[in-house]
Amino acid sequence: MICVMTQPSSPFYNDDHESYRQVVRQFTAKEITPNVHEWDLAGEVPRDLYRKAGDIGLFGDGFEAEYGGHGQRDALMRLVLMEELCMSGSGGVVAALFSNYIGLPPIQKFGSSDIKAEVIAPCQTGEKIGALAITEPSGGSDVARIKTTARKDGGDYVINGSKTFITSGMRADYFTAAVRTGPDGPAGISMIVIPGDAPGVARTKLDKMGWLASDTATLYFDDVRVPERYLLGEENAGFSMIVNNFNAERMDLAVQSVAFSRVCYNEALAWARERETFGRRLADHQVIRHKLVEMDRAINAHQAWLELLSWRLNQGDDPVAEIAEAKVGATVTYELCAREAAQILGGASYLRGDTVERLYREVRVQAIGGGSEEIMRDLASRQLGI
Amino acid sequence: MKVVVCVKQIPDPADPGALDPETRTLKRDVKLILDESDSYGVEMALQLVDAAGEGEVILVSMAPNGERSGLATALAMGAASAILISDPELVGSDALTTAKLLATAVKDQGADLIIAGSESSDGYTGVVPEQIAGVLDLPSVTAAKSIEVDGSSIKVQRQTDGGYDDVTCPLPAVVSVTAGVVEPRYPSFKGIMAAKNKPVEEKSAADLGFDASQVGWAGAGQEIIEVTDAPKRQAGEVIEDDGEAFTKIVAYLENMKVI
Repeated sequence: MICVMTQPSSPFYNDDHESYRQVVRQFTAKEITPNVHEWDLAGEVPRDLYRKAGDIGLFGDGFEAEYGGHGQRDALMRLVLMEELCMSGSGGVVAALFSNYIGLPPIQKFGSSDIKAEVIAPCQTGEKIGALAITEPSGGSDVARIKTTARKDGGDYVINGSKTFITSGMRADYFTAAVRTGPDGPAGISMIVIPGDAPGVARTKLDKMGWLASDTATLYFDDVRVPERYLLGEENAGFSMIVNNFNAERMDLAVQSVAFSRVCYNEALAWARERETFGRRLADHQVIRHKLVEMDRAINAHQAWLELLSWRLNQGDDPVAEIAEAKVGATVTYELCAREAAQILGGASYLRGDTVERLYREVRVQAIGGGSEEIMRDLASRQLGI
Repeated sequence: MKVVVCVKQIPDPADPGALDPETRTLKRDVKLILDESDSYGVEMALQLVDAAGEGEVILVSMAPNGERSGLATALAMGAASAILISDPELVGSDALTTAKLLATAVKDQGADLIIAGSESSDGYTGVVPEQIAGVLDLPSVTAAKSIEVDGSSIKVQRQTDGGYDDVTCPLPAVVSVTAGVVEPRYPSFKGIMAAKNKPVEEKSAADLGFDASQVGWAGAGQEIIEVTDAPKRQAGEVIEDDGEAFTKIVAYLENMKVI
């Protein structure tokens, strides 16, 4: 079925949001939704999809028009395009396409105009793919302890180490990587762009529980030489870049989680109206109706919260604690909706190729990636001074 | 090359439409969208201008309540400007009146080519493009599946039941385009933002030289006498699979002359 994000009248959206929502909705229904199972089986989305997405400006929020971006940062526009892409029912496709949105922002903020022209511009058109490389085999959430080193050697940095769980890791043309250029701890971390075709870069594909359409990899850097100009901002100033980048990523993950919750709800509702048991529609059983209302209630609450947070971001606010809380709320909602949708669909939800079956598997990565629920609660508690 | 495309803005087919019980016409007091069948004409016009290397695409539309949402979509696709004919006096206008109004708006544009969809997705009269050609005394080619400009004329592949006709026609001309023959581009984000600054000139019936007696219900030469629901689809023939169902299906399809 074709899912549509329920959009009640809202004070947050203007005509631009509505117009772009229609475009992304059509794009998703035609170019993505019919193919998601095939792409799951293939383990990747076709490279051509990036170009098609680039044509309609899907990668542009927050990037300068000079390099092919929208020329504006509009968290509500980002929410709109995320929601509509998610109606495809495939987190893998969304993750693959939007590795640009986690890999490129540090370059936009701290890269030179030459690097922006070299990296951001072709990623906006979909000719190239950007990815973020932070997590290492030795640790995930504790980014202050990363071990990959970048040693200055003449006009280059020489990089050694490894990164893992890297979205778009097998195909990315550029990695925005966290490297150690100084002492232990957060004060010794820098961000640097590593071209994917640099000698010494190796990749191993990771098989996953979900996000099958997204290529995920472990990366190995063996004496990889990168010119000094690829360093983003000042040496040893990378930790704050990482932390700031996480806020947008967490908002995106929260929006995606609520949108996928809506897909689960839509699938379950359609099934409950159609399927008959004991001489009645499933929806005529009180226990099923209550499940659906619980799902809808949680989705509506979190959708409204994310719209408000997006509006606040547009006002220049920086609600770190609430974004962390919202991500937890969104993934808990997603977990509830995927579970209850599976219960309502019964055996149908256990078949490969079914949308709920896919989303049920994909819940975990939403609840862990970009900061696990546990880390998010801890971050919020510290931000709130509890 | 200057191409004028006549586009219609219609109620969203995804939402159930409603008829006005008095006039028996479709209620149009809702947000309107670009008729999908016109998006093919817009795409074809944009491709022709791209191929020519110069020129522009101008939209002409008639819609109630100054409605521009559908025009915004076509402008976001790449059209340069639009003329919107909107006037309360126009409510009830029939196909010929619509064609006269559109033709009058088109006349002063100096277009090399006028493109329209073969038929709208709501009214389905399928006559307006030819009526525009008649009013303007221009040659008319219908059901085009491709258009190629060749100097001061066009070569058109005109779809027929058995294939297509090759037609050569001098310019200027009016060509109706069959739905589905090109892949309409999606409006891009930049296109949507740019469309906000593209000119849309609104004209009333009087601006085009028509008085109230010539348009709307007063000027309509046709009247909707009755509207009836389309007959409900009959249940199909169910073939039980007893192991030989395929022979019955083959026989059924042969009888239908499908195979």
